[in-house]
Amino acid sequence: MQMAAAAAAASPMFSCSSTDSPWRFFTVQEARTLEAICEQIIPADKDAGAKQAGVVNYIDRQIVGHFKRHQKTYREGLAAVDQTSRTLFSKVFAELSSEQQIKILEALEKNEVPADLWKGRSAKQFFELVVEHAMQGFYGDPRHGGNRNGVSWRMLGVPYPPIRGRLHYDLTKPVGTQPA
Amino acid sequence: MALKHVNAVIVGAGAGGGIVAKELAQAGLNVVLLERGKWYSPFDARKDDLRNQRTTALGNAFGPEDEGNPRVFVDPQGQEHVVLPSEGNYSNNAACVGGGTFSYGAMAWRFMEKDFRMRSTYGSVEGSTLEDWPISYDDLEPFYEKAEWEIGVSGDAAANPFGPPRKKPYPMPPLPPNREHDILKDAAEWLGLHPFPIPMLHNTIPYNGRPACMRCRWCVGFACEVDAKCGTHNTVIPKALATKNCELKTQCVAKEILTNAQGRVSGVAYFDSDGKLQEQPADLVVVSCGAIESARLLLNSKSNNFPNGLGNRSDWVGRNLQGHAYTGAFGLFDLDIYDDLGPGASIAACDYNHGNPGLVGGGMLANEFIRLPYQFVQLLPDTVPAWGPKHKEFMRKWYRRSMGVQGPVQEMPVFDARVQADPKVRDRWGIPVARLSGTRHPRDVETGKFLASKAEEWLLEAGAKSTWKSVPGLWLSGGQHQAGTCRMGNDSKTSVVNKSCQVHDVPNLFVVDASVHVTNGGFNPVLTIMAIAYRSSEYMVKEWKGTKFRS
Repeated sequence: MQMAAAAAAASPMFSCSSTDSPWRFFTVQEARTLEAICEQIIPADKDAGAKQAGVVNYIDRQIVGHFKRHQKTYREGLAAVDQTSRTLFSKVFAELSSEQQIKILEALEKNEVPADLWKGRSAKQFFELVVEHAMQGFYGDPRHGGNRNGVSWRMLGVPYPPIRGRLHYDLTKPVGTQPA
Repeated sequence: MALKHVNAVIVGAGAGGGIVAKELAQAGLNVVLLERGKWYSPFDARKDDLRNQRTTALGNAFGPEDEGNPRVFVDPQGQEHVVLPSEGNYSNNAACVGGGTFSYGAMAWRFMEKDFRMRSTYGSVEGSTLEDWPISYDDLEPFYEKAEWEIGVSGDAAANPFGPPRKKPYPMPPLPPNREHDILKDAAEWLGLHPFPIPMLHNTIPYNGRPACMRCRWCVGFACEVDAKCGTHNTVIPKALATKNCELKTQCVAKEILTNAQGRVSGVAYFDSDGKLQEQPADLVVVSCGAIESARLLLNSKSNNFPNGLGNRSDWVGRNLQGHAYTGAFGLFDLDIYDDLGPGASIAACDYNHGNPGLVGGGMLANEFIRLPYQFVQLLPDTVPAWGPKHKEFMRKWYRRSMGVQGPVQEMPVFDARVQADPKVRDRWGIPVARLSGTRHPRDVETGKFLASKAEEWLLEAGAKSTWKSVPGLWLSGGQHQAGTCRMGNDSKTSVVNKSCQVHDVPNLFVVDASVHVTNGGFNPVLTIMAIAYRSSEYMVKEWKGTKFRS
């Protein structure tokens, strides 16, 4: 509750439509759609995908902070994705089969979407923004809410190194003259 | 109300301003050093992959912040865009004590002799204001040496046969080679190239009271956690403060340079950290804000004597904005390349800086800094889908098996690539922001293609199974290597400052940063900025003793 209040305070233009959403900005339905999109962008295989990495958590955290300027784009874009899915396949995006989801995303990428549903907005630009943010949430630093447990870094073979460096000791003075 | 009069006020505590502050303070002048950013410490090294000076997905770690600091970017089609500091077209450089030197990659290049004589070497180039510098390499040599020893450079001076003449070696040896170095060294030699370790402004042994590089993967764009990176923030600026003659004022944003009825400058008006407008009177003013902000400050300093801004009687302030067309290639290998030994960039060759058939100049080639995972995403070739299983598979398979070789193309200055003060958009202090327009010269793209093909050749010789090239197009060029906007020259009709960085018609005003570069070399420019700052400071101190600047 406290979090929802903070999110509402941070985004006076677009308050959460459902106060029982566990997210800072997204409604339950928006988060579900976004998670399904992101899972197609970075699907789970033998390694974790976007969902397990917490990519939506990353985007949700940034969109009440550094990405505040994208709030409108996400709100309208996610609604348009679900409308496009309903029009073409009679279900919201998250309930489509994987093949149908990919068809929709490919259509977004090429801007080949029903113009009346997107009202002059660029589906391609919206999708590219989500791809960019999904990559950040998956491959970026875990401290920002994505890449949970460093899953992508483990996949790539670059685990977070043990802390080294830090000015624990003054290396310019002879060793042993300072407390450990 | 005006503050207490001082001898010199320096605007900008970066590579240039930091050095001038120390030189003037040690000569006994009392100095105020203004910096719009903060003073960070090694403990601010957050090693944040998404928020640093290289990857700005979540903003710049060391300034300026996105809020209240816009610029206007005019694209090649003439469309205006208001851009934020974390967006590419902003052409950002850091805003903090140390400026770019606090978080740079720290390559420490001397320009070559021909880099100061581009016009006499290659003749005129259509559509370019290509010119020789009014000073030669020999004029700068002692000051390059001073920068190398005082700020601190590691490298092997004897190893580069194309290196310009020098009297002293580097004060520190290069780092032990990483895997990329070993692989690329053999390949370069098979090709008949002359590879050598990159000279770097970082400690490889304890030096200047600071420890050696610990070789982590967060180098370029990040603060150094062990303070092994050498910038003005941990060398000359502390020395300036130790004299007690220099006061450093952070989070102070210069509004304009003040002038008097005699047509000389009399101080600087700035907003202090509380947003209060202050006037700092001074005998002389040094502008060291980087090529974009220095030009902006001069253009915003209008008065009856200077209706078009300071130093701008001939309309040359803000002109010839240039950076570097970074060009190169990436290759994929059968074996593990990644060894997690920072900074990664380790080997270079200067075989293609000059003497390339049919081309004007060229550039140095070097292997890339360690690519952090999200950075690698942005470097993938067009042939890889932007999303989906194939994208993920590419990342998984090749992340540790890739290598990049890149270099900065020496650009041909273009008169219409420029910085102006925007007539409409203002920053949070109400000061007109920088308006950037124009593009680099078509010859730069041509040279870029050549250099990229040479990078590719090098990678293939090293055993790359497949490669892809990356060459920037006809777009505005600025960024962290921004230069050229207050050209140095002997003729006040075609330049802004003289060879001592003194503004032609205002004897107590200096511009000391890459703004004065006539051309920007095929190298990272910072050591040249430092050398010029030492040289210009020497002139200021000498003239000061003759009381020329006292008002």
